[in-house]
Amino acid sequence: MTATVRGRRRRRVVLLQATCALVTLFMALPIYLIALAALSSRESLNRFPLPLLPTDVSTETFRAFLSATGVIGGFQNSVEVGVITLLLSLAVGVPAGYAVARYAFRGRDPYQLFLLLTRALPIVVLSVPLASVFLTTDLYDTTYAVALLHTALALPTTVLITSAVFVAVPVEHEEAAVVFGATPLRAFLRVVLPQALPGIAAAAIFTFVTSWNEVLGAAILTLNRRTLPAQVLLTLPDSPLAYRFAGGFALVLPALVFIAIMRRYLLNMWSTTIR
Amino acid sequence: MIDASSIHLNRRTLLGLGLTAAAAPALSACGGASTTGADTGSGAVSFLSTQFTPIEERQRFEAILKDRVPDVPVAYNPVEAGVFASTLTSQVDAKKVQVSLAGGVHGDLAPYANRFEDLDDVMGALGDRGFPDEIATLAKLGGGSTKYIPWMQASYVLAVNKKALQWLPPGADVQRLTYDQFLDWMTRARQGNGGRPVLGLPCGPKGLYHRFFQGYLLPSFTGAQVTGFRGPEAATAWQYMKDLWANTATASTNYDYMQEPLQRGEVLVAWDHVARLVGAPKDKPDEWVMAPAPRGPKGLGYMLIIAGIAIPRGAPEEARAKEVLTALTAVQTQLDVLRQNAFFPVVTAALPPDLPPAIKLEADAVARQQGASDAVVALPPIGVGSRDGEVSQVFKNTFKEICLDNRPVQPTLDTQARQLNSILDELKVPCWRPDPVEAGQTCRVR
Amino acid sequence: MTATEPATEPATGSPGAPAAAPRRARPRLPTPLLLIAPSVLFLAALFLWPLLVGIGQAVTDDGGGTTRYLRRMVDDPYFWPATRNTVLLIVVLIPLQFAFAIAMALLLREKPRLSGLYFYLWTVPLAISDLAAGLVWLAIFTDRGYLNSLLSGLGLSDGYGWLHYDHDLTMFLAVLVAELWRSTSLVLVIVVAGLQNVPRDYDEAAAVFGASYRQRLRYVILPQLRPSLQVALILRTILGLQTFAVAQALTGRNFPLLVGEAYQWYIVLQNEHVAAAIALVILAASMVTAIVYLRVLRDPAVEVRR
Repeated sequence: MTATVRGRRRRRVVLLQATCALVTLFMALPIYLIALAALSSRESLNRFPLPLLPTDVSTETFRAFLSATGVIGGFQNSVEVGVITLLLSLAVGVPAGYAVARYAFRGRDPYQLFLLLTRALPIVVLSVPLASVFLTTDLYDTTYAVALLHTALALPTTVLITSAVFVAVPVEHEEAAVVFGATPLRAFLRVVLPQALPGIAAAAIFTFVTSWNEVLGAAILTLNRRTLPAQVLLTLPDSPLAYRFAGGFALVLPALVFIAIMRRYLLNMWSTTIR
Repeated sequence: MIDASSIHLNRRTLLGLGLTAAAAPALSACGGASTTGADTGSGAVSFLSTQFTPIEERQRFEAILKDRVPDVPVAYNPVEAGVFASTLTSQVDAKKVQVSLAGGVHGDLAPYANRFEDLDDVMGALGDRGFPDEIATLAKLGGGSTKYIPWMQASYVLAVNKKALQWLPPGADVQRLTYDQFLDWMTRARQGNGGRPVLGLPCGPKGLYHRFFQGYLLPSFTGAQVTGFRGPEAATAWQYMKDLWANTATASTNYDYMQEPLQRGEVLVAWDHVARLVGAPKDKPDEWVMAPAPRGPKGLGYMLIIAGIAIPRGAPEEARAKEVLTALTAVQTQLDVLRQNAFFPVVTAALPPDLPPAIKLEADAVARQQGASDAVVALPPIGVGSRDGEVSQVFKNTFKEICLDNRPVQPTLDTQARQLNSILDELKVPCWRPDPVEAGQTCRVR
Repeated sequence: MTATEPATEPATGSPGAPAAAPRRARPRLPTPLLLIAPSVLFLAALFLWPLLVGIGQAVTDDGGGTTRYLRRMVDDPYFWPATRNTVLLIVVLIPLQFAFAIAMALLLREKPRLSGLYFYLWTVPLAISDLAAGLVWLAIFTDRGYLNSLLSGLGLSDGYGWLHYDHDLTMFLAVLVAELWRSTSLVLVIVVAGLQNVPRDYDEAAAVFGASYRQRLRYVILPQLRPSLQVALILRTILGLQTFAVAQALTGRNFPLLVGEAYQWYIVLQNEHVAAAIALVILAASMVTAIVYLRVLRDPAVEVRR
């Protein structure tokens, strides 16, 4: 290998790293700053200019925030709603995603549009009529009600993502299995599903995250059994700035965890790409 | 394609994930865990409220509840006004009421007059509390019987950092300002402060600036809130507002609660609700002055805010809810709320001498404002029910068009008056103070 | 839809059929319908009722039809600015974030050192709620926030009102940057997943035959990404039309957006009729853009591969 080629390659690597670092700065700096704001004392937040380095760390506001009534119950409810939503939307969404990916059936386009419709209606307009329906069916103020709404909201994404995942699984493999005598269902379970699993897992976690982050509908459909973000976020605009930052950070923290879990599946998909 | 081991691993993890997922709802309580400290259905009183939404205020009020109502578990649930409204409407209409107490300011409760229980019996039993007649009448929501029990009251005053007093025009007394002196002061202050305005108004999306127009500016200039909306005096008032806005921090449209920008020193003078100002002088009360609002040609217009608590029709824990009402109107509880959360008592109570300094400042300013010989009391819109937001929005839009978008004053007032009249014509309610109150007459802009 | 049905049918129906239909001749029609039936029933149960209620609220009044609420909507001083802002935000944001996401995905494809960490940090906003994202950026753009602190530390300025109502441009830019930060991760993940479909061998073969990076991007990578981009584009546009929490946290009502206005009418002004009218406008806009995307971005070649 000649020196110029090696030099060019090195320049390329440096350039690549520099660009990546720049993008990372943009993506990660806000998270650093909200952490900084959340962990500053209230007095230091009233100063100007604000220190850009953690010189005056205080967990006072953040602790007060976490000790607010209902944080533990809210956390439990959020997990519950998220998990039910995840299961429900996979149960309903995966078959639909497969159908969209594999069959060119009449009405496929209108179907996809219909799916998107739910996402196109503002959540307030969707939730208030639902609240009265749930009240009459005794589902109001339960995690099930919220999970049903969240499933409706997440379903379009679940179907679209899983259909994209199934498109990526070569149809030949499935056909081969059928040729060797497997029933279509068996072929799906044994051949298609394993290959699609990382993608489906990613879709599932995405669904969970969608549910975790939805506030407005959850607040309208519950009263005493709030999800965590509905519990803490909804009244946050009424709180002093220090609490708003603490609340913002408190909701960024779980995001860091979710993505850490999700990354495994995403990188699984990634490794099949790089091969 | 993908090697077999990774598939296996994925399937196993996914199976594990699925099992945990399926187990989670089964393990936890059916339908979710309580987030208000008490579960309804177990005898707890579910208390929905639009007040004390900020975390600290909520925690302090919960402590008061625990302390003063020890026998009844109360699930205090502060929500924003919209959620309050949609919750009440949907529950009462579906005849599945879970809320036993609904607390809010007069305007929050007014829309639901026919969805609340009559509370004449409770009101009668609380005769010794000494509610002022004015407030007791308001609590009837325009009907013949008591619909809510008065809970607390508040008003709006000026908070002034003493640094701003250096620019006070000669001869002006900060406790007895006229609107002209106020404008003069703010103009001099801006010039003295290097061109940066020192005045802030709560014009943010959750700010209460419409109350400034409804209860302070217009009553002081026109002696009315609605009837004189587009008259020549109103035009003078809005021209004044335009001049004042030129000396107001432009960041005001981002301010919801004035105590924060005051605390940070972004502005030195502000007008706001007492509960939204109290944080400013908290740490260094010596550096602050609280003063009544200025007075105009028609007197010192000021607005009275009443918060009350009602019991929705069909509430599950009516008897216990009434116990809570009795406890919350006791003098000691009322003073606790004043000390902790800066809302004033609605009952006859001598203010104790040991109030926290910030509260003392406010109490004095409120007393001076109410006791002024030329005071013009204004009330928030009465009887407009769910249209309260829209009525107030007319005032906000007038401000937006005249002050922010620089539209000419009179044509703007004419358009907005048409808008206001179209709402009022549907409502067909009599006027409220300071407009002439005549039963049976429909309130309209003249 | 109905008028154009015959035109689309051959495009979707027949090219797809040879791949799947012959061996699936027996259960031919029922299978896909059976598979989508649960989702259709589910959404119909949860969504159609609120939709009908909404339409009823927007155009009827005491039993009769009315255009009163629609007129009220268009007469409101916030409606047209909100419409303009929504369109502007989408038109500027979406191309920008697609370029950004594709660039990010391609950077990762080069497998730089620490790519795992990069990928992690770049996708974190995916799991951050829009309300929280608004608060994050509020800490930066507010008058005494971190941006002004930095500028003042550098001696460049002693505080600029980025979010003041009379600074339209910086207000827009603040919302744009915050939204770019918040919502690009979704596109990134879809593009990364889509890159799976681009076999390395094609790309390498093209490189061996002397294709420049730009040529490979244009003729090999991007065409293969087309289905993923289509999905991402439709999703992002529809979600983009729903955006308001970030703008609200940053600017209050100074930079109104349509969904924020629907929210305002429903919650603050308590007039569900006008709120429903705005909701229908958003719904119509979403449908129109989705149909346009489905038409314009349809690639016959992809259909054949199925």
